[in-house]
Amino acid sequence: MIEVNNLTKYYGPTKALDNISFSVEKGEVFGLLGPNGAGKTTTMRILTCYMPATSGSARIAGFDVFEDPMKVKSRIGYLPETPPIYEDMSVLSYLDFVARIKEIEPKKINKKIEEVMETVKIKDVSKRIIGHLSKGYRQRVALAQSLLNDPEVLILDEPTVGLDPKQILEIRELIKQLGEKHTVLLSSHILTEVSQICGRVLIINKGKIIAIDTQEDLIKRVQVREKLFIQVKGSKDILVRVFNEKLSGLKKMDIIKEENGLIDLMIESEMAVDLREPIFRLVVENNMVILELKPVKVSLEEVFLQLTETADRRI
Amino acid sequence: MRKIYPIYQKEMKAFFVSPVAYIVGCIFLITAGYFFSVVLFYTKEANLRGLFENLKFILLIVAPILTMRLLSEEKKLGTDELLFTSPLTNYDIILGKYFATITLYLIMLILTIEFPIILKMYSKPDMGPIYSSYLGFFLFGSSFIAVGLFASSLTENQIVAAIISFGLLLILWLISWATTFVPVEWAKNILTSLSLTEHLNSFEKGIIDLGDIFYYLSFSFVFVFLANQVTEAKRWK
Repeated sequence: MIEVNNLTKYYGPTKALDNISFSVEKGEVFGLLGPNGAGKTTTMRILTCYMPATSGSARIAGFDVFEDPMKVKSRIGYLPETPPIYEDMSVLSYLDFVARIKEIEPKKINKKIEEVMETVKIKDVSKRIIGHLSKGYRQRVALAQSLLNDPEVLILDEPTVGLDPKQILEIRELIKQLGEKHTVLLSSHILTEVSQICGRVLIINKGKIIAIDTQEDLIKRVQVREKLFIQVKGSKDILVRVFNEKLSGLKKMDIIKEENGLIDLMIESEMAVDLREPIFRLVVENNMVILELKPVKVSLEEVFLQLTETADRRI
Repeated sequence: MRKIYPIYQKEMKAFFVSPVAYIVGCIFLITAGYFFSVVLFYTKEANLRGLFENLKFILLIVAPILTMRLLSEEKKLGTDELLFTSPLTNYDIILGKYFATITLYLIMLILTIEFPIILKMYSKPDMGPIYSSYLGFFLFGSSFIAVGLFASSLTENQIVAAIISFGLLLILWLISWATTFVPVEWAKNILTSLSLTEHLNSFEKGIIDLGDIFYYLSFSFVFVFLANQVTEAKRWK
């Protein structure tokens, strides 16, 4: 659905995108993840025919963004980072205007507007002036705009930026729903967001691709050891001695905290070695009590930091 | 081409939703009425030459104000991202805006229709020069609006856009003054024929010269074209 080949973009002498290639299949929800200024918006602006690339090519739904911009434009829905709304228009007249510049058949316009207002739940404010709406509603109106032409590809640039936590949850839920019908390309600098919504993730930093993978695979790539968090009630000295002597497969043990007879430990082992059972037995054999025992997953945050750091080192 | 219409309509609405059109229109008409009556009482002549002679200067202020937001505001609000990623060409957008502003200007001109009517009620004015003056003045103003549109494409800042168009118009207006320093005859002719006001003279005398019409149309065309090139080029950077 989206194919990007060796895309490079210079702003004057600054390189904003450096030889980027990726592809997104039909029906995927694909995330572009990176810090501010990494090149996410630039990539999206090229894909939406807002600006041309310096070199390289991109195709959407089989049409080249440079050769066939009109065909591409009529097949995408785009939500830019700043919602492109006219504050002095009412929601209805704004959507009517967008429907007409997007070449929707005049007869179908009203039905279509009803439909998208239903989807993004803005029917109750349809007659209000956009400038009087809250930020969350404005974002919805802007999202409604992008859905008017039944786009094959939805391109959403930082769709939750500047919203309050409740609005963020609502918009995320909405995007998840939209992902069932459309191919979605979404950018964000918030990792939890990407991890909640997207199937595959592209990590980008300073205009370069650092990784493209599913979230699980990204985590696997970074995680080299299994980690377990344990909280035990008992004596620290005995515990450390027993673990060091009898726990085979133990690679590393850190005591995080010791307070009122409660010991918090982080234990690392080789991948695919499960130490939970032996730990349980050892603790019980030594008349101590386990209060907590859980495997620790590497978060996408850590993946991100680790990957961007190694990429920086390589440079 | 047919996609010009939604843009045109949106711009027309924008003019009348904001107070700008009303205020500018009001001031234009009030000053026009003032010029008309003062000139009429002073000269006791049943024609509109004095009115148009003076109204030209008002246009020097009105045109930049009407055009300053056309493109700069879209850029500033980020709505240009919507327009340029919709299936519209650059020209659809530029022309829609240009025609909307011209329409507003035309409405303002039509509202001065009571002046010739008053003349007609109390005397027998020569209507030929009046008709041709209106045509000339419409073309003259359309050129001003094209310059303003171009200035608006240059910057995100509306005030800067207004100042640029005012400056450009002033230079193009007064360019014929430079003929006093230029000794060469052909250069003098070029400077005179470039000047915005020179071509209005024959319209005021009642002469409709195709050359003058062509001048104003091509003048507008050049600046609309430049506005288009600038918006296009800005996205290429």
